[in-house]
Formats: sequence, structure tokens, C-alpha cells
Amino acid sequence: MTDKFISIEGIARRYPGAGGGETTIFENLWLSMNRGEFGCVIGHSGCGKTTVLNILAGLDQPSEGAVIVDGQGIEGTSLDRAVIFQSHALLPWRTVLGNVAYAVSSKWRKWDRAKVKAHAQKFIDLVGLTGSEHKRPSELSGGMKQRVGIARALSITPKIMLMDEPFSALDALTRGTLQDEVRRICLETGQTAFMITHDVDEAIYLADKIFLMTNGPGAVLAEIVENPLPKDRGRIDLHRHPLYYALRNHIVDFLVSRSKTFAATGPITIRATCRLCGRANRNSSLHRQTRIP
Amino acid sequence: MTSSLRFRAAVVSIVLFAAFLGIWHLATRSTGAVGNMSPEYAKLMGLTATQGKSAMPGPLDVGAKLWEHLRQPFYDNGPNDKGLGIQLGYSIARVGLGYLLAVIVAIPLGFLIGMSPLISKALDPFIQVLKPISPLAWMPLALYTIKDSSISAIFVIFICSVWPMLLNTAFGVAAVRKEWINVARTLEVGTIRRAFTVILPAAAPTILTGMRISIGIAWLVIVAAEMLVGGTGIGYFVWNEWNNLSITNVIIAILMIGIVGMLLDQILARFTRMVTFPE
Repeated sequence: MTDKFISIEGIARRYPGAGGGETTIFENLWLSMNRGEFGCVIGHSGCGKTTVLNILAGLDQPSEGAVIVDGQGIEGTSLDRAVIFQSHALLPWRTVLGNVAYAVSSKWRKWDRAKVKAHAQKFIDLVGLTGSEHKRPSELSGGMKQRVGIARALSITPKIMLMDEPFSALDALTRGTLQDEVRRICLETGQTAFMITHDVDEAIYLADKIFLMTNGPGAVLAEIVENPLPKDRGRIDLHRHPLYYALRNHIVDFLVSRSKTFAATGPITIRATCRLCGRANRNSSLHRQTRIP
Repeated sequence: MTSSLRFRAAVVSIVLFAAFLGIWHLATRSTGAVGNMSPEYAKLMGLTATQGKSAMPGPLDVGAKLWEHLRQPFYDNGPNDKGLGIQLGYSIARVGLGYLLAVIVAIPLGFLIGMSPLISKALDPFIQVLKPISPLAWMPLALYTIKDSSISAIFVIFICSVWPMLLNTAFGVAAVRKEWINVARTLEVGTIRRAFTVILPAAAPTILTGMRISIGIAWLVIVAAEMLVGGTGIGYFVWNEWNNLSITNVIIAILMIGIVGMLLDQILARFTRMVTFPE
């Protein structure tokens, strides 16, 4: 319980239902992350992943519970928490530089033009867009747009970077390259990051902790899987690591079957049902049960 | 290929125009002496009766008169005889003033309606009732309260151009993409700065479309309004020339109204293009 940089404490989100009742999207969700960690949430559509991220970002409020970041309960949005949107959300009437500079000048209002520009340029260079500063988003490819989104988020030097399926709209090659970039940047800068994804391999490659959510409505956080693969893992030989398939199968099994049955079987899940995990568990703490009653 | 298409379209346009002028000319030309008249009587009757000429002026008459007007657009021989340029100038000035007032009122109010669901719902019944009222129906009320015919005309222009701008602004502001608003929110951008840096540029194309509709309506209405209030302006000119039975001048005025209307529309179209962004 030390140095919990992000702590989500028992949050739930409910909407008024059609018949006067309430629809619970997810409930009783607890998770915590340390500084510099990379967390990934995996779950099927409709389990409230995006809502969790929006609550972390301050764009949405939980119906119950609280979120504490760096020792402070969050209230509303903050420049400490940058969001990379799934649809990149660039302002189409601004250039690449203009989009990044908009974020920079929002954070440091007293900076003069030259300083803002220099700072923005640094992050445009970081994501490899040098030379495209004066292009409009409509002139960029999907991958380049998302790079601008990443540069914009990083440029305000946030405490946490929140990513809502940032690469899901990209082709596989571009996605791979951008995953490499994000991993490099996060490792280099010690950036704490929280990401939503559908892609199991993406989660295994990027995340230190993988949060598995059951199906909604009434979704809960079923497991927190700590990634046993070495920190210096590379994309190329990732799948050769002895733990890779154990980890992958565990997550895929969860998504295929247990994400549906988890709620039905009640709060206590039986890990022994998963043969492959059992094997992995001998090697290291592949995952641990974290459901809090 | 596109330039050739443009060229061919231009050729067709010119052919159509020439055909129109030709038919017009043939339909209104003199057909020669009609019956026997004493020369003195014929002099009194004019060409229409003696030569079978149509009472409608032909293209040549209109062309000659137009040339006369264009050579001297700004002459002023008293209240009922002013150059076309002066008359058009009066109309454009009235439209400009009324339109400007409408912009000043409609765009901030439209922003308010677009950003606040409460205001939107509260003002909706008023807008729904006021919008379909013919602008000219306001004229007596305007004349009675303002007691100045010229300002009343400006008021009528104001009232007719305010609605499309108001509704389009409100719609454009309300329809700004949530994600752009969210970008501003996560960057802790204040309401005022957000309005100017995100909502205004995002809604600008829709707002300009409303302004373009408005200028068109304003130009339609000014002619009718000036026919009522009289004194100056192109609408008054049309009515005055009708009273003079100068169909040539009426045709020229119609042509001018069309050309000025087109120019106004083109100016707004250019502004719209300036603020439109590709997605």
C-alpha cells in the first residue's frame, strides 16, 4: 500500500435505466498503480473501460467511490492527466504545430510565442514528425495524426497519460511502430500511463499491469495480471519468451470464457480452473487475485 | 478535362444567352406599318400603334438605356431622378446596416443558445413564433414606433436576417464535436478561451452558411421594403419607373438587383471558404 500513485477506490457508474431502475455499467472497481507503471485495461465492449478512463481523466464522474492521484482526490479535468483520444481529436483548423502549441500554451499561459513554439517543436521531434509541423491534420495519415495526439499529450508533461484505444483505428504496421514509440517514450521519461485496449498482444508488450474486466452491464475488475515478461522485452522476440504463451492464453481464456461467467460464479473465482496459469504461477507471480469483496 | 468542361459550359451559356436575346428581339420588333393613318395621328400614337411594335422594350432599347445608366451612375437630379449607382448604394447601405445589427445580435445569442440547453429550451417558443413572420408584416409597427421610414427599412432587414444566423449559430455551436470540447476540457481551457479557440472555429462554417442565407433574404426583402417606404433605393426605383411606365428601366433595375445579389452571395461564399476546414 505504499506509493500508490493512482488509486481507484471502489468506483461505480450507474445510469438511470429505462424502466425506472438503474443500469450498472461497472461497480466496486478498485485498482492502483505506482509511479512510472504502465497499466492496460482489457475487456469486451460495453464493460465500461472508456468510462473508467473518462473518470480518471475527469471528463466523467463516478456514481460511487473516488479516484486519488498523487495523494489528491481528483475533481474534474486537469493538465496533470493528458488524454490521447481514440479518434485522435486534433483540431482540424490548426496545423500540427498549432495543435501541440495549443496544449503547451494552455499549460503555461505566460509563455511567449517563441518559447511555446520551441517547446512544442521538441515534442513534435520526439514523435518523429519533424518536417510536418505546418501540415493540417487532413494532410496526415492516421498514424501521423495519432503521433500528433501523443505529442500533444506529452507536451504538457502530465503525471499520467491516459490512452483510449489509441491505435485501434490504425493498420497493423503503423500500430506496431507507434507501440514501439510509446514504449520507448514511457520508459525513457518514466511516464505513468493508463491504456485501454482490445488487443491482447498490445497489452502484453506495453503493460506492466493488465487489468481484466468482466462483461457489462454490472462489470467488475476480475483480475490484475502482473506482466512477468522482462522490462527490456522487444517486439521481435516477445513471442519466444517462455512465459509469453502462458500469459497470452490466460488473457485470451479470460476474454473468451471467464469474462462471461465470472459474475455468475460469484466474487470468488477459482484460479485452478486455468491450467496454463497454474504453470505460470510457479515461475513468478503471473497474476494475483484482487477482487475486493 | 475540367478546363475543357468549363469551356464547353461557357459556350453553351453564351449560345443560350444569344438565343434568349434573339427571341426577345424578334418578339418585340416592329412589324412594319399597320394600316393607314394620317401622319399627324400616327405621330400621336407612337410606334406601338403605327409600326406594330410591342409595348415591351427589345434588347437593343434595354442595352442603350443600360449604357446610358452605366455612363452616369451617380447623377442626382432631385428626389425622383437619381442615378442607378446612388439607388443601389442606398439599398446596399440599408442592407449592410440591418445585416450588421443582426450579426451583432444573432451570433452572441446563438452562442448562448447553442451552449446552454436551458436558454435553448426557454427561447425556443419565441423563436418558433417570430421566425415565420414575414418581415414586411413588421413594417407598420416599425413605422409607428420608430417614426422614420428609412430606419424602419433597416429594422425590417434586421428582423429578416436575424433568424437564419441565429438558428445556424445555435446549431453549429451545439453540434461541435464532443471530442474537441473534451480536448479543451482536459487542457483546462476556460469557458471564454474555449468559446474562441474551439467552438468558434468549429462552428464557423455553419455560422457563415447562416450568414449567407441571411444576406440573400435581406437582399430579397430590401426591394419590397423600399417599395413600401419610398424615397430612395433600388426598390423605390423599380416602383417609380413602373409609375413612369418605363419598362426599360424596370428591366435594368431587375438585372441590377440580380447582379448585386449575386455579388453579395459570392462575398459570403468566399468568407465561408476561408473558414471551412477539411477534416
